[in-house]
Amino acid sequence: MLTASEPHYHQPLLKTPFHERARAASQLDSFVAWSGYSTVDVFTSVEQEYFAIRNASSLYDLTPMVKYRIAGADALRFLNRLVTRDLSKTGPGRVAYAVWCNDEGRLIDDGTVFCIAHNEYRVCTAERQLDWLSASAIGFDVEIAEVTEEVAALAVQGPTSCALLRALGLAGVERLKPFELGQFALPGAARPAPARIEMMVSRTGFTGDLGYELWMRPADAEGVWDALMEEGRSRAIRPVGSRALNIARIEAGFLLPNLDFVSAAHTLRVGTERSPLELGLAWLVDFNKGHFTGRRALLEEQRRGPTRQLVGLDIEGNKPAHNALLYADRSGRKPVGSVTSATWSPTCKRNLALAMLDAPYIALGSTVWAEIYLNRELVWERRMARARVVERPFYAPQRRRATPPADF
Amino acid sequence: MAAGGNGQYDCIVVGGGHNGLVCATYLARSGRSVLVLEAAERLGGAAVTREFAPGFRVSACAHLLHLMPAPLMRELGLAGHGLKLAAQALPTVALSADGAHLRLAPGDLSDLAQHSPADATAYAQWQALAQRLTAALHPVLAEPPPRLGTGSWRQRAALLRLGWQIRRLGRRDMRELLRIGGMCVQDLLDERFESGLLKGALALDAVLGSNLGPRSPGTVLSLLYRIAAAGGAEGLAQPQGGLGALSEALARAAGAAGAQMRTRAAVERIVVRQDRASGVVLASGEELAARVVISSADPKTTLLGLLGSEYLDAGFVRRVAQLRTRGLAAKLHLALEALPQFRGLTPAALRGRLLVAPSPDYIERAFNHAKYGEFSAAPMLEITVPTLADPALAPPGKQVLSVIVQYAPYALAAGWQGQRQRFTDLVIDTLAGFAPDLRRCVASAELLTPPDIEREFRISGGHWHHAELALDQFFMVRPVPGAAQYQAPVPGLFLCGAGCHPGGGVMGLAGRNAARQVMREAA
Repeated sequence: MLTASEPHYHQPLLKTPFHERARAASQLDSFVAWSGYSTVDVFTSVEQEYFAIRNASSLYDLTPMVKYRIAGADALRFLNRLVTRDLSKTGPGRVAYAVWCNDEGRLIDDGTVFCIAHNEYRVCTAERQLDWLSASAIGFDVEIAEVTEEVAALAVQGPTSCALLRALGLAGVERLKPFELGQFALPGAARPAPARIEMMVSRTGFTGDLGYELWMRPADAEGVWDALMEEGRSRAIRPVGSRALNIARIEAGFLLPNLDFVSAAHTLRVGTERSPLELGLAWLVDFNKGHFTGRRALLEEQRRGPTRQLVGLDIEGNKPAHNALLYADRSGRKPVGSVTSATWSPTCKRNLALAMLDAPYIALGSTVWAEIYLNRELVWERRMARARVVERPFYAPQRRRATPPADF
Repeated sequence: MAAGGNGQYDCIVVGGGHNGLVCATYLARSGRSVLVLEAAERLGGAAVTREFAPGFRVSACAHLLHLMPAPLMRELGLAGHGLKLAAQALPTVALSADGAHLRLAPGDLSDLAQHSPADATAYAQWQALAQRLTAALHPVLAEPPPRLGTGSWRQRAALLRLGWQIRRLGRRDMRELLRIGGMCVQDLLDERFESGLLKGALALDAVLGSNLGPRSPGTVLSLLYRIAAAGGAEGLAQPQGGLGALSEALARAAGAAGAQMRTRAAVERIVVRQDRASGVVLASGEELAARVVISSADPKTTLLGLLGSEYLDAGFVRRVAQLRTRGLAAKLHLALEALPQFRGLTPAALRGRLLVAPSPDYIERAFNHAKYGEFSAAPMLEITVPTLADPALAPPGKQVLSVIVQYAPYALAAGWQGQRQRFTDLVIDTLAGFAPDLRRCVASAELLTPPDIEREFRISGGHWHHAELALDQFFMVRPVPGAAQYQAPVPGLFLCGAGCHPGGGVMGLAGRNAARQVMREAA
């Protein structure tokens, strides 16, 4: 935290409760800023970390996710007017992914809504939302408090993650279905954290794989990390950074703010904000639930039909189409969109991308051309690569949904 | 016309104030079935005449009629519906502590010439300019404002028409309009005039009913607005029987057009079905159905209270919640046993409008207090003695004094509860400075602070204009973007009150413009 002796321009990034453990585990000292916190970009190598997510167990510190506690007699009514999907079906013990829009139906942010009890929720968002939440609360009996610093969060993801948590003594965690949450206790161990550690566990994640997110008091953070690393050693556990997670989330087809869309709260240029319909999130928009912010604008947009849409691309070759412009044909004369996220998928063995494409080209199976620049020992080449619109998610293993998960 | 066979009205008008009644009249004349619902016992909203002491009656808020354009009154046939004027073309008397008052009567600048020959010339020039500007500005007030960004040709044409009207003023007047449009009125007055009394009187017109002082930017606009709204007609009128008589005539006009009116029918909420306003529910629980609901209540009451944020987008709700609606004008009514003697004034001169606003500095000092949640130590007053032209308002031989007092902030830091008597005394003392025997004449007094006006007339903040009249809440953005064409974001819901363009005062144009918009949008 900022102290009085430091000049204001030295304001440091905050450190998460896992910071000391992360620093000790980091070989590269590769930290980046995330929502005012310093977090790890890469621990050892992106590939090793990625395969921990897909083949073993991974730890990812998601404390910087902005968290709000939303409670009060109107909490559900407030949230249902805020987000585009119907949360009345998301009862206590359930989690829902949701997005919210401004009056013009343009996306402000996405996030997860945890229903902890009747009319008590935790909303996790990428960016700070207090201003918009406060505006949305006018006329509703609801209390909104930011609790980002009061809750430490750790994602445990990978095919062995369930077995690992069970081995640690989280009894019954295997019964959690996707998008369910529960209260669990890590039994006191002989190691430095002797007392039981209470925590909330949700079967959620950003990897598209089997995985859990652990929500605990900051004071318990290091004890949980240590217990997981110790018990997970035989299951090849690894702390992972944001770069490895990014590959997994593209495979899973998840969107990242400021890469796949820019919040309408931040855009300056006309036409750069995006609607959920354009982002392929029409399944999250429920026009029948009653009014929500942006509903009339979205209905009008739906009536007019799409002018562009975010799609998944399978691109020939193995060079990721980072930032590539997309064209109607190989000549590269008619631009039809651009890539927002790209990666070579080590698991699918496909060259994948998320891209914003103009309307005539968004149908599954249609073909566009990506302009990819290759640096070959400082000699740049331009390559036009055929790209096909394919279904998302690109990777969706059975184990992601299986309940109980396989015991490794 | 009665409700249709299914019990559904074409239009329900929420609130029977003057704008609601004007709107209802035009809609009923178009052949629609119209029901006006008024919460109070009488129609008229804040334009009512009320008994404030046994046998003493007074116009509750505005006490003079000067903003309602003559063509509108003719269209409504108000004279035929019983509206009589007890007095018209009333002079204004700017009171001076030394008794050298300034009398300004329509077409008579002789007294001004006595005070300052230069001002008499300059004032005639100003009036001529104001008349020419009014020709360009009045049509703007008498039409729904255009909506930009829709790509509609009709809207663009409306904006072009406005530009053309201003351009047609000619190069000199157009330049002058653009130069002074955003100025503070004190700068304008200092440029043109030398007499403090004249400047004070004009500055009062610029800031009356507003959260502004003479040095606040945009006060030239509010002065021009006041002149343009009246269509350039000079002079003030006093309806026989007070402003309530105007409302009664409006109600008869509405009734003659076929509108039904119910009093003691407080609307509790506006019903929304399938994202469309489909009627109202009364406080009694009774539900009334309509194809279109038009509210003359203020925007906050209508949108946040009767409708509710859950039917609106969050950004829009925030704009409505941020609307500046805190009133600063209080009303003091005095029941007088006898007519007090004003130093330097004949009883005949008391028939006019008396002002205690001896200079712009006086008003600005009075405004200073309001900025910090205090009432003015030396308040600005607009005074009438309505019983001189209309003796029936009081028992025989007795008089009524009606005073608009500024500044009396809605949110008084000390709270109004313990301050009412102090403030009443302060105003009476201020008056007694000009009429030393006033105190002996006072039989009883009634003070209406902005919170009283809020409660009594159901106006958020007790603001006479429903929402501050300032550049950022004016014309195409009044009351807020997204509702500036009398149409709320919820289909089937319209606004027709003073919170809409062109605003408040007893003018009636908002009601007429809204009726036109309803006919256009909800055929």
